[in-house]
Amino acid sequence: MLLSVAFFISFSLSIFAQDEASADASGDQQEQAEDSGEPSDDAGASDLGDPDNGKSIFNSQCAACHKPYSDGIGPALNGVTVRHNMEWIHAWIKNSSALIAEGDPDAVAIYEEYNKTAMPPFPGLSDSDINDILAYVEQPKPEPKTVETAGGGEAGASGSGGGVSVNVILGILVFVLVMLLAVLFLVNKTLRNFAEASGVTVPEKTKGKPIWKAFVENQFLLLVTSVVILLGVGYFAYGFLMQVGVDQGYQPIQPIHYSHRIHAGDNEIDCKYCHSSARTSKHSGIPSLNVCMNCHETISEVSPETATEEYSKEFYDGEIAKLYDAVGWEPSERTYSGEEKPVKWVRIHNLPDFAYFNHSQHVSVAGVSCQHCHGPIQEMEVVYQDAPLTMGWCINCHRETNVKMQGNEYYEKIHEELSKKYGVEELTVAQMGGLECAKCHY
Amino acid sequence: MSSNKKYWKSVEELNEESSVVETLKQKEFTEEIPVNEFLGDKSSLKSSKTSRRDFLKYVGFSTAAASLAACEGPVINSIPYVVQPERIVPGVANYYASTIADGFDFASVLVKTREGRPIKIENNKLGDVRAAGGARVHASVLSMYDVNRVKRPMIDGRNVAWEEFDKEVGSELENVNGDVVLLTQTFASPSTSKLINEFSGKLGNVRHVVYDTISEDPALDAFESKYGKRALPDYDFAKAETIVSVGADFLADWQGGGHDIGYAESRIPKDGKISRHVQFESNLTITGAKADKRVLAKPSDQKKILVALHGYLVGRNSTSDLSGKIDDAVVKAASQLRKAGSNGIFVTGIPEADAQLLALEINEAIGSKILNSDNPRLIRKGNAREVQQLVKDMNSGSVGAVLIAGVNPAYSLPNASEFVEGLKNVDLSLSFALKHDETAKLCKYVAAIPHYLESWGDVQFTPSKFSLTQPTIRPLFDTRQLQDCLLRWSGNNTSYKDYLKETWSGQLGKGWSKALHDGVFESTSPVSEETTGASAVSLDSGSARRNLSKETEGGNIELSLYTKVSMGDGQQFNNPWLQEMPDPITRTTWDNYVTMSRVDAEKLDIENYTVSNGALNGGYVNIKLGDVSVNNVPVIIQPGQAAGSIGLALGYGKKEAVQEEMRVGVNAFPLYKDFKTFQNVSIEKASGSHEFACVQLQSTMAARDDIIKETTLEEYRNEPKEHWNHMPEVEYNHEEVPVSSDKADIWNAFDRDIGHHFNLSIDLNACTACGACVIACHSENNVPVVGKDEVRKFRDMHWLRIDRYYSSGDTFKEDPKTLEELPAFDTYDVIENPQDENPEVAFQPVMCQHCNHAPCETVCPVAATSHGRQGQNQMIYNRCVGTRYCANNCPYKVRRFNWFNYAENEEFDYNMNNDLGRMVINPDVTVRSRGVMEKCSMCIQMTQKTILDAKREGREVEDGEFQTACSAACDKGAIKFGDINNKDAEIVKLKEDDRSYHLLESLGTQPNVVYQVLIKNTSEA
Repeated sequence: MLLSVAFFISFSLSIFAQDEASADASGDQQEQAEDSGEPSDDAGASDLGDPDNGKSIFNSQCAACHKPYSDGIGPALNGVTVRHNMEWIHAWIKNSSALIAEGDPDAVAIYEEYNKTAMPPFPGLSDSDINDILAYVEQPKPEPKTVETAGGGEAGASGSGGGVSVNVILGILVFVLVMLLAVLFLVNKTLRNFAEASGVTVPEKTKGKPIWKAFVENQFLLLVTSVVILLGVGYFAYGFLMQVGVDQGYQPIQPIHYSHRIHAGDNEIDCKYCHSSARTSKHSGIPSLNVCMNCHETISEVSPETATEEYSKEFYDGEIAKLYDAVGWEPSERTYSGEEKPVKWVRIHNLPDFAYFNHSQHVSVAGVSCQHCHGPIQEMEVVYQDAPLTMGWCINCHRETNVKMQGNEYYEKIHEELSKKYGVEELTVAQMGGLECAKCHY
Repeated sequence: MSSNKKYWKSVEELNEESSVVETLKQKEFTEEIPVNEFLGDKSSLKSSKTSRRDFLKYVGFSTAAASLAACEGPVINSIPYVVQPERIVPGVANYYASTIADGFDFASVLVKTREGRPIKIENNKLGDVRAAGGARVHASVLSMYDVNRVKRPMIDGRNVAWEEFDKEVGSELENVNGDVVLLTQTFASPSTSKLINEFSGKLGNVRHVVYDTISEDPALDAFESKYGKRALPDYDFAKAETIVSVGADFLADWQGGGHDIGYAESRIPKDGKISRHVQFESNLTITGAKADKRVLAKPSDQKKILVALHGYLVGRNSTSDLSGKIDDAVVKAASQLRKAGSNGIFVTGIPEADAQLLALEINEAIGSKILNSDNPRLIRKGNAREVQQLVKDMNSGSVGAVLIAGVNPAYSLPNASEFVEGLKNVDLSLSFALKHDETAKLCKYVAAIPHYLESWGDVQFTPSKFSLTQPTIRPLFDTRQLQDCLLRWSGNNTSYKDYLKETWSGQLGKGWSKALHDGVFESTSPVSEETTGASAVSLDSGSARRNLSKETEGGNIELSLYTKVSMGDGQQFNNPWLQEMPDPITRTTWDNYVTMSRVDAEKLDIENYTVSNGALNGGYVNIKLGDVSVNNVPVIIQPGQAAGSIGLALGYGKKEAVQEEMRVGVNAFPLYKDFKTFQNVSIEKASGSHEFACVQLQSTMAARDDIIKETTLEEYRNEPKEHWNHMPEVEYNHEEVPVSSDKADIWNAFDRDIGHHFNLSIDLNACTACGACVIACHSENNVPVVGKDEVRKFRDMHWLRIDRYYSSGDTFKEDPKTLEELPAFDTYDVIENPQDENPEVAFQPVMCQHCNHAPCETVCPVAATSHGRQGQNQMIYNRCVGTRYCANNCPYKVRRFNWFNYAENEEFDYNMNNDLGRMVINPDVTVRSRGVMEKCSMCIQMTQKTILDAKREGREVEDGEFQTACSAACDKGAIKFGDINNKDAEIVKLKEDDRSYHLLESLGTQPNVVYQVLIKNTSEA
């Protein structure tokens, strides 16, 4: 008994220890992330202007086409002040097409090199703005830190390091307990020896009925126990059967690791930007890959801040490469090869065929937020089924939710009549007839 | 009183001595149910080791095991588009206007597509261009998903690529020895005509022969000789006051069909007036069934009647050589026509140019405005003489190449064997084929062509009405349409789409997109008509009268061939929806048969008899015409068939490219000698009995009298409503109260005044039993096809059926008297033997009546059927456990039980058993599985969609927006649907109309389907 208590204690302690360790580890991660990737502010070359201001202007106006250190739609900007003189750069940024039209050889060469894609004019940028941008892009590329960031999947393993001291304590504890046990045993033995020696007879225990026999003979107890057992079994059996086909928490691995956390959470992209048919159709629709390419034509890699302990930047970039592969995009040549490989996503939310559900009814008409049924999707690195999607779950919501009727002419008449009938101002879906079987089953 | 008229369903009921009827009165089944046989051999049962307990154990274990094994959910993949087409939103239907033009059916349609695949055909309401059977048009979408289609070009039965095919055909065409003949259906396509002209200009020796499987030569010849243009007159029956028809089944496929829409309009009472329709005919057709007065006349009599009528109206004769009773009818018809004058119309279906000429003259004489000769129909161009000349030329060896498109002469030519022989003498034989049919099998080259839903095209209905065909799906197979092939082979590299656009650039210009969107447009043809070079037949009425008066010799009975509204000329023979659609008159599925009068059947000793499960069996006959004989044709004894005549449907008995289950019926084309539907044949009884699969013979009407309500126009106008549309009464406190009153009601009524409340109105006057609604319902609601054997067991799954009731015309007035004089219980037995010689017919579409006091709802032990506030009786499949109590308690027999899994089941190898056929399934409606009840849902998926659209757009629903599949398919306005809580809706007026009544009203079920009393115009004045 004591042993098992000890074991339990040591077990739970080690769990706490692990949590602590992983918290430490993620803390480290954040520190590492901060000083990798981006041009570092402290490194010189700031005689051009204010790199901080430049960074913000660059990110808002230039980053769609340019990157500091690699070619995008336009050339890499690092070193541009070496390649061209400042006057030319200012003229180009303010109106590149005018420069090309004038026949400036450098301008024409760049125009030709980048598939005759003209850079839009930026007359709104002042000279000091341009200088700030140049200051930012001319910062030398920071060397990646030598400390390796843990790759995806290995994260959990690092937990054990912090637990050593706890184990020692535990070992000591166990040793103490064993010692105690031994001492008790010895004391007992000694006392018996004393008793024997002094002629005291230790009274023998009278052998009573074994406990199981007493139990079997007590019919009432038997009845109560069996009822309890039956109820217990029934409870668990019911629980088991009721979860058959309920896939709450279903979290399959998708062919492309698409992170809703990054898109919907960090970047706050509206759900309906990609799942546009949720507004008009019964399906929310898995976006076709051309929708991804609206952004990913220019975003070929994630920023270093995006990487987490679990998933490195390389990992995410690899996933974007998978997208390019599927859609047939050659990032280096910026062309579509025409070779398309449709992506076989694993469907998470599966309603049975006999249940009709219409997204547009809920999204457009009722204005229900996506999270209402799909959970904190903006926090999900890998999407899982948040709601049970059972009929009881649907019905409950229909019972509790008021129909959004304001400003919708369709509801005017019916609202007036129904509110009179039920004597309420707000009507639930159920009162509108939303519990009728054939509203969802046909 | 109309409701006391005696109706009956099958001939058997009229036979007083029939043991079947006697037995049916006592018991549900006529024979002992073979229970012991079903349970098996008793002695072997006893010796069996498996006891009942063991059996239950096995069942228990296997159920437990199966449910445990099912716990693991399958992984379901979703594969989105890589690049999504702009207009396709998954889950939202797109509609495209297109046109079917298969040589027999021509109609502008709307094609509903989901996720890029067509799933339903709907009427295009923008243009009144339809010349087709509605059922066939609606079913044509399934024909595209036919597994028996030719999937790629073939040479000598070997699959090849188009490049090789082009090369081979090109070189053969260059070196061809003799004429190149293009044998095609009627395209009625200006662009195709232009293209064929160019093709023949390139090759030089091209002859275009147009072959209509069902020939309209007589009408074309007559019209040509009278008006100088090879076309069919157009009729506007909507304005007709008097319609006289001699053998013209103009509500079906007569002269291209599509006349039923106007006709139905003239039959709906407006200001107390409807048209008067007199029909002289031999077969009982749907046209005869709708007629106010139907006179039996076998084909030879029809000719005499025509001559007499012509004499009365054109020749101003005062006598004819007809016998008394018929002459009387003809005289009356003539006077009614004369009285109607320009609003009168005479039509005939006698397959002689002489007869058609006389018909034109009669209409001219009365100055009919109904017949339009200025803007005639151009949808039949066939020339039988040229086809026969071609067969001769092929046999003589002067034809070097024959390119066949859209027709199947090896099956459908009366002298198909000569054609087959002739084809062997032709060096280059090529078939542009949708299926590997009889003709394609014999051809060296088979060019796989796309279905019309995958093709481009234009169609000219009349000189001013046009419509366009556009693809609604990418070609499913490696196919190329005829026009694209001809373009390529005449060295033109444009696609047919561009060619088409270019042809119309002058007329349409920038209007092309609008024309394509609307599907129909009015214009003039950009192409001068193709000249065939054949000389017109010259006709004159004098010799026509003489020719028609001549007695035709030979045979012992007169056959008149016809086409069914379901099957037409047999192009869609492999379409299970059409095969299972019951014939409107005989209610028989999956068959064609000889229809014969009872008199002739008795003479030949042929019987129709009912077997133990209620199904019908019948004898066979052999038909002989000259040296052609068609053997073992089953016989149905048809009330209303003229004695001395028989009928037989064309278009059946196809064998090639038809799946085995569907190889039903006999091919009647060998009897279609000289392309004439009237033939003198001899018949003899053959041995054996045939199993029919009829859907409406299972029981008597059990003396229920408020199923069909019928009255005369006179009574409708002059008598109060109670007289001809009586509301049944029940007793309350020893007082008679109408069944509709609150006192007669012990139920708590649903609150039905709020929101929408749907009603369906069915006008028995306008319904012509065309069956478009039946097929539209199939297509919208994924109704399964069960096959002939199951239909024979009355396990048909149609959610919507069109019942047909006979009644004996002559007893119309006498019936009530007899009933009043006889003791109540004897009336059923003693009511005078109704005559089946020439019964009157009533059609009644029946679907779930959506009763507000539904008997089915109260008996369901699991509440799988319940009532919605919108008036719909809801059937919940996932809740149903299949007790079938509801079906037993339904007084209308509208509930259907899934005895089997009809989808993905080898035993039911129809469209739901292959991936291609399943593409037609409507994704918004559940495919029901075994063991559940199903029935009409009043298309709740459609009403819900309409409501949702309105909600999303934040507006009220307009009247006319709510539709069901059947109401949308009914272009005759017989089925109307709407919301009765919208006070301005048309349906409210229909519901409150004097003519409206409920089916079996006395039961107090308060249905949401209302019927409009059938009114016949019996005035002889």
